Amino acid sequence: MIFWISLIITIKIERMSKAIKKNTIQLKFDSARVYEPALESKSAAKIKPVYDLFINGKFEKPLSKKYFNTINPASEEILSSVAMAGKADVNKAVLAARNAYERTWKKMPAAERAKYIYRIARMIQEKAREFAIIETLDGGKPIRESRDFDVPTAANHFFYYAGWADKLEYAFPNRKAMPLGVAGQIIPWNFPLLMAAWKIAPALATGNTVVLKPAETTPLTALKLAEIIQEADLPPGVVNIITGAGATGADMVNHPDINKIAFTGSTAVGKIIQRAIAGTNKKATLELGGKAANIIFDDAPLDQAVEGVINGIFFNQGHVCCAGSRLYVQESVYEQVIQKLKDRMETLIVGNPMDKNTDVGAINSREQLATIQRYIKLGNQEGAEMYQSACALPKKGFFCKPTIFTNVAQSNRIAQEEIFGPVLAIQSFRTDDEVIEKANNTAFGLSAGIWTDKGSKIFNLTSKMRAGVVWANTYNKFDPTSPFGGYKESGYGREGGLHGLFPYVKLV
Amino acid sequence: MAEKINKEKDCSTFGLRKINMIADKKNIAIPDFRHTAPVDQVGVEERASRFTKRSIKKETKLNGLLLALNMIDLTTLEGKDSDGKVKQLCYKAMHLHDAYPGLPTVAAICVYPSMVKVAKAALGDSGIKVAAVATAFPSGQSSRAVKLSDTRFALANGADEIDMVISRGKFLQGEYNYVFDEIAAIKDACGDTRLKVILETGELGTYDKVRKASEIAMYAGADFIKTSTGKISPAATMPVTLVMLEAIRDFYYATGKRIAMKPAGGISKSKLALYYLVMLNEVLGEAWMNNHWFRFGASSLANDILMQLEKERTGVYQSPNYFSID
Repeated sequence: MIFWISLIITIKIERMSKAIKKNTIQLKFDSARVYEPALESKSAAKIKPVYDLFINGKFEKPLSKKYFNTINPASEEILSSVAMAGKADVNKAVLAARNAYERTWKKMPAAERAKYIYRIARMIQEKAREFAIIETLDGGKPIRESRDFDVPTAANHFFYYAGWADKLEYAFPNRKAMPLGVAGQIIPWNFPLLMAAWKIAPALATGNTVVLKPAETTPLTALKLAEIIQEADLPPGVVNIITGAGATGADMVNHPDINKIAFTGSTAVGKIIQRAIAGTNKKATLELGGKAANIIFDDAPLDQAVEGVINGIFFNQGHVCCAGSRLYVQESVYEQVIQKLKDRMETLIVGNPMDKNTDVGAINSREQLATIQRYIKLGNQEGAEMYQSACALPKKGFFCKPTIFTNVAQSNRIAQEEIFGPVLAIQSFRTDDEVIEKANNTAFGLSAGIWTDKGSKIFNLTSKMRAGVVWANTYNKFDPTSPFGGYKESGYGREGGLHGLFPYVKLV
Repeated sequence: MAEKINKEKDCSTFGLRKINMIADKKNIAIPDFRHTAPVDQVGVEERASRFTKRSIKKETKLNGLLLALNMIDLTTLEGKDSDGKVKQLCYKAMHLHDAYPGLPTVAAICVYPSMVKVAKAALGDSGIKVAAVATAFPSGQSSRAVKLSDTRFALANGADEIDMVISRGKFLQGEYNYVFDEIAAIKDACGDTRLKVILETGELGTYDKVRKASEIAMYAGADFIKTSTGKISPAATMPVTLVMLEAIRDFYYATGKRIAMKPAGGISKSKLALYYLVMLNEVLGEAWMNNHWFRFGASSLANDILMQLEKERTGVYQSPNYFSID
């Protein structure tokens, strides 16, 4: 009895002294989040009050006669009204693309095609600031990211594929690469302009024509791109950009005169598309969801690894299909890593995406915010331990605090399902074999990250990861020359690099 | 260290004293490098450049500039330094730009030991500290005895802070114990006087070595760790300073003891100084945001800040001719 009491007292004292110790040894970062506003100017970008469909080189009113609003998720203000393409509009766009393909684009010398693609790349660079502002207003991502990542990377994709246009015989030696015809391309809301570039550039370089549909919540940069394409004098119909929701996408997928579907988006929709095109001779590339494992070994450069974890999960509010949403930390450095991670989270500035100092912007839509909040609730119900940074959130708009869960089990849903938000599920591990097994124990296989200072370990482990992209000692690095795509439910086909040409050609 | 052990023997008859000494000795064990995480060059440089993406405006800028000014160790370390030059510098330290009312002073004057007495007298009760570079600055290529006597000479003349250099040659030879003992011996000579340990990161070659040297210095009793002498290029850079700040943070979490930081050399523009403050704020937090815990070793930074402050106040840039050079 006495033994027990004394034991309890010792435990209590230990806990208290631990708490005191924790309390005294805690860095304070409130001042790191306080800066005078440094707002990018809205007036530097022109957004029209109404946008029509870009078909056959002209902006045309929709036959459906319907329009929908696109809003700024950071303020919930309406930015513009955008045409809703119906079935007749899709038919019109596909016909324009078909005609352009048969009459001009497939006959045009490849070097001429390249000139147009270069021109688009240059014009994106020239209007980079305007693109960045619109991307941020429409999608909610921080201006720092759209300015330093989205827009320049999009321009780079056009530059890169312009170079391939007249060199396809070197891409596929001893074969002749023929275009497929009309490509139907459906892109997501997380990187609107960049995804448009990923899709349009290789299609044009290989001699295909395009019907592209941006996501419902983020159509504006694609429409700005349409203006550029018009200004660049691309032959009418080579690129058609139509706006709409899921039904418009379904009409595209089911259209008999489309030869190729390129889709980036959710796994659920990817499955529907795959069912719809079964039995047809449409080619497809699907780039779907992910639940990437980011693995920190005890010999890793810890501070840089923590930065990589931050970049992996909080970049673009976690709206990244290859986001490092599962973190595995080797037990011997677990506490140290969590401490560093929490400290770093405290310095993240969450707020107005137009502020140049903002690190984490607005969640893309009310629906997505509700999904994320549902998962956060679920994580708490599942018994995981939640930590959120102390930052204050703006009153208006859709915002979510950077969130991590520790004490997560492999069987928890927050460790299995794609949340697509700033929510990280953290587990510890003991041996290399264990972590590889756990990392691969997922329905997805898009990307992964490995952090270790040992080169031989990197080569040994990366070859065992079932993921399309494995980053070592870095995360979320993109380059037009590097292919990107997934395993398993993360889809198939590769975009970017030499591999990115293949889905748009038939080899004879 | 050798000296320390002798001392222990000397006072072995005084029981209490001996216990204290042992306790001290226990506190200053060489760090266990098995727990030191490696530093990834690409990652640390990327992180350092991220701080420069912060946009510092208006009130934040003004406060940052005033704070940076107050963190400067105004420095003259030349063979041709004379009493007259040092006196002028001291006057400048106290009266940075009297045309602008309410400016803070710099934190300290940094001079050679021979100039400490002059500087002390010139600064009077202004509160500005006198830091002396001792230990065969800048190369450190001399005997322990010379370094100790150099330090004692500076202290005897009234130095408030000692800036020592580590033996980089010994460090690169892998003689970490030698480097550790040397720092401990100098700290022992300093007593309560704050000791800045200059790693001369430009000679160390890798970030891993910077990290290792930082830990040796902190565990040996440094009050400050400092990047450079200013005599070697490159001097302070943001990534190097970041590695050292992270070492300070980890040391703080391990021991509860705060260590101060001083990047020196190569920081001559206000904008860069503000980015250093952003970095400090985001790595160590608000407790370090003052001149007790952070200094800039610089000679031309002060005037650049003054120009920026005048620009903020009047809206126009003024010619450098309006700011005194000494």
